[in-house]
Amino acid sequence: MKSEIRDRGDIRIIGLAGKVTIGAGDVKIRELIDSSLAQGKKKILLDLGGVSTIDSSGIGEMVACYTTVTRNQGQLKLMNLSPKISDILQVTQLITVFDIFDDEQEAVGSFT
Amino acid sequence: MSDDAPVLRASLILGSRFCDIEVAERAVADLCSLGECNAEESYWVVTALREALANAIRHGNRLDTARRVRVECALETGRLTIRVEDEGDGFDVSAVPDPTAAENLLRPTGRGIFYMRQFMNRVEFGRTPAGGTSVLMVRELRPSARSVCHEE
Repeated sequence: MKSEIRDRGDIRIIGLAGKVTIGAGDVKIRELIDSSLAQGKKKILLDLGGVSTIDSSGIGEMVACYTTVTRNQGQLKLMNLSPKISDILQVTQLITVFDIFDDEQEAVGSFT
Repeated sequence: MSDDAPVLRASLILGSRFCDIEVAERAVADLCSLGECNAEESYWVVTALREALANAIRHGNRLDTARRVRVECALETGRLTIRVEDEGDGFDVSAVPDPTAAENLLRPTGRGIFYMRQFMNRVEFGRTPAGGTSVLMVRELRPSARSVCHEE
């Protein structure tokens, strides 16, 4: 899995690409989120536009990160889900947990 | 794949490392391509396979590289069958909680079997003669999906 980090004001945008699967991308997500929180970045937007595959471990890690960020009085939101990743979130009803956007401007504007 | 086409089979013996999952993914994806299974069907089959293998390696064999995971796949007209066996101690599938229940939504684990059941038509758990877990997964291929190769 590859990642790209950029900031828009106080919002940390983390772009992910490739496979987010067990033993690979799942741990990397946690490290990226922990690093952002340690830098005081509590408004985090995960851009999944480049993610080709995500398994239950990758989904689970996103859920764990959501909990961690929320406990730190932050917000974690998702952007640019492919139809397949959207389906995967839909079947487990996690689509109701995450705020999900297709447009970066709209996503950035949604943080409070 | 015509009705009288031969059954395509693949058999693999994997180590208990997560990187071995990709080997099986490629083999099953290739099997799907050799048959008339389109990319959409192949994607979900490989997704279910990945979950079965991750469970076998992590929960079954407990990442013990001396233990093996056996994978048997068969693609026949209209049906793909995959069996994954580990060398662990087995488990009680009925004890796995529903990950869609409100109280479990934010749990970071426990979705693998649910995904397998979502993406395959039939998933059955059993025991190997040595006491490990054996999971049988079957996907009935849609007629429209069987007439197109490499669709994306």
